[in-house]
Amino acid sequence: MTDTASPASRQVPDRLRSRLGRAIRSWEVLLIAVAVAVFTFNALASPYFLNAWNLSDATFNFTEKAMIAFAMALLIIAGEIDLSVASIIALASTAMGAAAQVGAGTPELVAIGLGVGLLCGAFNGALVTGLGLPSIVVTIGTLSLFRGISYMVLGDRSFGGYPTSFAWFGQGYVWWVITVEMVIFALCALTFWVLLHRTSFGRQVYAIGNNPTGALFSGIRVRRVKFTLFLLTGLMSGLAAVCLTSRLGSTRPSIAQGWELEVVTMVVLGGVNILGGSGTIPGVVLAAIIMGMVTFGLGLLNVPGIVMSIFVGLLLIAVIALPRLVTLVRARWA
Amino acid sequence: MHLIRTREAQLTLAILAVLVLIAWRFPGFVTPGNLANVFNDTAPLILLALGQTVVILTRCIDLSVAANLALTGMAAAMVNVAFPGLPIPVIILGAVAMGAALGAINGMLVWKLSIPPIVVTLGTLTIYRGLVFVLSDGQWVNAHEMSAPFTALPRATFLGLPVLSWLALLGVAAFMALVRYLPLGRSFYAVGGNPSAAIYAGIDPGRTQFAAFTLSGAVAGLTGYLWVARYQVAYVDIAGGFELEVVAACVIGGISIAGGAGTILGALLGALFLGIVKNALPVVGISPFWQLAISGAAIVIAVIANGRAQRRPGRQILRKEAPA
Amino acid sequence: MMHDTVTTPPVLSLRGIEKRFPGVIALSGVDLDLHPGEVTALVGENGAGKSTLVKVLTGIYRPEAGQIEMEGHKKAFASAHDAEAVGIAAIHQETVLFEELTVAENIFIGHAPRTRWGLIDHRAMRARAADVLARIGAKIDPAARVGDLGIASRHLVAIARALSTEARVVVLDEPTAALSAHEIEEVYALVERLKAQGKAILFISHKFDEVFRIADRWTVFRDGALVGAGRIADVTEDDLVRLMVGREVGQIFPDRVSNPGDVVVEVEGYSHPTEFADISFDLRAGEILGVYGLVGAGRSEVMQALFGVTAPSAGTLRIGGSAVDIRSPADAIAAGLVYVPEDRGRQGAILGLPIVDNVALPSLGALSRKGFVRMAEEFALARDYTHRLELRAAALDQDIGQLSGGNQQKVVIAKWLATKPRVIILDEPTKGIDIGSKAAVHDFMAELAAEGLAVIMVSSEIPEVLGMSDRVLVMRGGRIASALTRAETTPERLVRDAAGYAP
Repeated sequence: MTDTASPASRQVPDRLRSRLGRAIRSWEVLLIAVAVAVFTFNALASPYFLNAWNLSDATFNFTEKAMIAFAMALLIIAGEIDLSVASIIALASTAMGAAAQVGAGTPELVAIGLGVGLLCGAFNGALVTGLGLPSIVVTIGTLSLFRGISYMVLGDRSFGGYPTSFAWFGQGYVWWVITVEMVIFALCALTFWVLLHRTSFGRQVYAIGNNPTGALFSGIRVRRVKFTLFLLTGLMSGLAAVCLTSRLGSTRPSIAQGWELEVVTMVVLGGVNILGGSGTIPGVVLAAIIMGMVTFGLGLLNVPGIVMSIFVGLLLIAVIALPRLVTLVRARWA
Repeated sequence: MHLIRTREAQLTLAILAVLVLIAWRFPGFVTPGNLANVFNDTAPLILLALGQTVVILTRCIDLSVAANLALTGMAAAMVNVAFPGLPIPVIILGAVAMGAALGAINGMLVWKLSIPPIVVTLGTLTIYRGLVFVLSDGQWVNAHEMSAPFTALPRATFLGLPVLSWLALLGVAAFMALVRYLPLGRSFYAVGGNPSAAIYAGIDPGRTQFAAFTLSGAVAGLTGYLWVARYQVAYVDIAGGFELEVVAACVIGGISIAGGAGTILGALLGALFLGIVKNALPVVGISPFWQLAISGAAIVIAVIANGRAQRRPGRQILRKEAPA
Repeated sequence: MMHDTVTTPPVLSLRGIEKRFPGVIALSGVDLDLHPGEVTALVGENGAGKSTLVKVLTGIYRPEAGQIEMEGHKKAFASAHDAEAVGIAAIHQETVLFEELTVAENIFIGHAPRTRWGLIDHRAMRARAADVLARIGAKIDPAARVGDLGIASRHLVAIARALSTEARVVVLDEPTAALSAHEIEEVYALVERLKAQGKAILFISHKFDEVFRIADRWTVFRDGALVGAGRIADVTEDDLVRLMVGREVGQIFPDRVSNPGDVVVEVEGYSHPTEFADISFDLRAGEILGVYGLVGAGRSEVMQALFGVTAPSAGTLRIGGSAVDIRSPADAIAAGLVYVPEDRGRQGAILGLPIVDNVALPSLGALSRKGFVRMAEEFALARDYTHRLELRAAALDQDIGQLSGGNQQKVVIAKWLATKPRVIILDEPTKGIDIGSKAAVHDFMAELAAEGLAVIMVSSEIPEVLGMSDRVLVMRGGRIASALTRAETTPERLVRDAAGYAP
């Protein structure tokens, strides 16, 4: 029990520890340390790492995934999950490709990409919040469904022939080595930071994730908030589809295959509790950068992609397992 | 009337309806010979669905089964290449043991560390799949490298059916017996249906979930050998994404993702439904690229149907008689 | 042979049993003897520790101190299996059945009859299940799925499960709470039969009539401790009530002069298909309306319908004279009606969030501009209300889960008052909290009423109902059994109206 305030001073102080004191003990600080370590290791391991243009290229490893990860973080904090995000990319990209074949311009393509993302998010959200179905199964279903529609449309073909101006999103530079995607990534990070940490919507997301019944009893429209989160996740998947399609310049139905796992890993590595209730956007930003640098560093060392995925899988399990293992061992010794 | 309302009866009717529909235009599809081929083709899906069923019954999910299959299959093929003289039963036993061990890893993480099963198996899915590459160095093991007995077993026929089909039937019978006649089988239902009540009855939910994962892994290991031997090739991507089809078969078969409800027969029918649709697509002239969307739609529809069936009424407080 | 006056040695003895939970001592130094062929009644208010004792006896909880002796041998239970193995069986308050399994399987789960090959012998299991069911006079098909049975039948299955283990000690935790008069008679007959078989029975109940009817001995628990025990023949109902309540009514409750204002709440004909019917009452500003009833009488269900959690099938609600249509808690809060739930951990507090966030949660709209939360105002609000409730905490950014139950309750009440409601419903506001916090909550309720709030207090504690209420509604079986003025309210009247038998 911590009811330790003396009867003389009844006024409860606002904060126990200073913000600085609390920040120093946080998960984010640990992530910064890991990021510095990874950076140093990469710099020592490969002479090609410390090059502004190489580092700029490296950011493509995480910018698109991180856009989705921000929205996914909110969704997971609220106690739900969306495993269909990579399939939404495939479907949105296919829709954009089909539109490009009939001569759609860049603004129309962007609108279609974002619109398809929103529609997919609305479909997931309606099934989960409208019919009260478990989000894991629903989105495993729509994972097959959305990508399946891409396969129905494309089969073994691919769409190309995007307008030249469309390449700006995924291949453009704003200034020197600063890519357009980096700017979008930064804007998204800022927007989601404000949304989660500064608005009443963000407070409601935390409340729902910690205790959905309690949140309902506190007058929060739980289903509406969750539906909005599915919409947001769909929208950000659409945005990622725009960037990725623009960068690759073509659409195949296998586009972004397996990204759902990397996005979830990014979110969990960023300190978001997979069971909901806690997590921060700065954590997800750091996790994105770490994962991008690890992938890039292993790439420089000629480690094949599938072997990197072993690290991703181990990272996902280890990040969740380690704190629990520590508690378990501590309990054993006590 | 009650019989019609069970998921098994509905699925049987749906399967018959699909068969009738196909037979109307393509009578060749429903000849006994072709149906036996379809069954044989669906056998791996049936086997994996059996293991997945017991996992889902305990309120878990195993997304690593296809990666487990690929890793075990590759290991079996490479052992066969390295030691062509090794008897096939030894290889099969090894595959089952290896699959069980991979499943047990999932089970331990769920049981001892209480990590959500979806996270555990998403993680091990990539790890196991990555290990196939590490093990094989990205190389294929081709038919001519495998020994004749290794590839012959699943295709050998016995009483007119290939061994692969017999093993699927045997698996169905074994799992039916398991859930009916073994205390462990009943525990799967108890743990998934009401975990706190299971504790009252002296059943450890974590240990039961561990057993389910190990069983699912063992079946995946066996199927790994069968798959590689039947198709006479092993490479990194075999059965890629197959875990989703397996979950789809279970969900379509009425296994409740909330745990504790569903039957082995349902899982069998769910797998058969997908297998028939898959095999019928080319026959009726639909591109096989439609298959993913069809199984996705089938999962969504089945989840909705299951959700409706499970809605429970509130508690009965009101007495019929008015107070005196 | 069973009813001779010489006391047979106890089959089960508890000595100095102690069980603690974070912030609560659920059992302290409990002694208890159960004798073969006798029924021992265990009575006490909600939260007195009865159910905790049952869980200790059946191996669900491990006690921190004390010992359990079965026929003179010390026993320790690591799991439910161990307790079953030494011959203790229990029928728990919560249904602990498996809906997807058959009746026979439910009865024998964990100890099913096996064939030579170690397989479950379904035929033998069904036969033995039929046997056990026949022994308790239950006409239930052993092959039926439990999910298809009604509540009463499920109860009988739970009883059959307890009897299938050849137990020597049978614990019944409020076995008649959810049953009809006819079904209750069947349970009594069953208890008689068990007695005749020489089993030692612990019978937990709220209802005095049944205690006097079937028990041979009595034991009273209060606040986790045994406060008295003896033979039923030597005790009166009044003695038991006094022991249960344990203090003179009125002593620790605030003195308040009731000064009712205008009618604020008018409820008319609220009904629900399965939970309650014909609920009508009104309430004035500055009034405290007590709502008394047994657990499961439908009180919380009515209040949650008023708050918009569940939808009533009929009925109207007026607040301040105008009809309001409440479809969700958000609507209720907007209309000025708030609800402090009984289940604090699940419905009241958001464990895992800081105190300040908990207090601010329902007021977020007022605390933000264009959706952005003003954090300074948030802290100011939390400071203000937690100070009024005399909250003891280390800091306002501390996780509410680290507070004691009483302080958690203060935060939950603070969060609702911060919305500046006109009507506040408190559902068991002092359940499971320490005496000091109880007094603070009571004082504060009186203060609220004095400030002109309309207060509804759902409570199962008789002294609290007597000490706080201006008027009392007694509920039974989902209906209002009686509406009493302060003068009419006596402990006997409350108990009788709630249990539904004539004096």
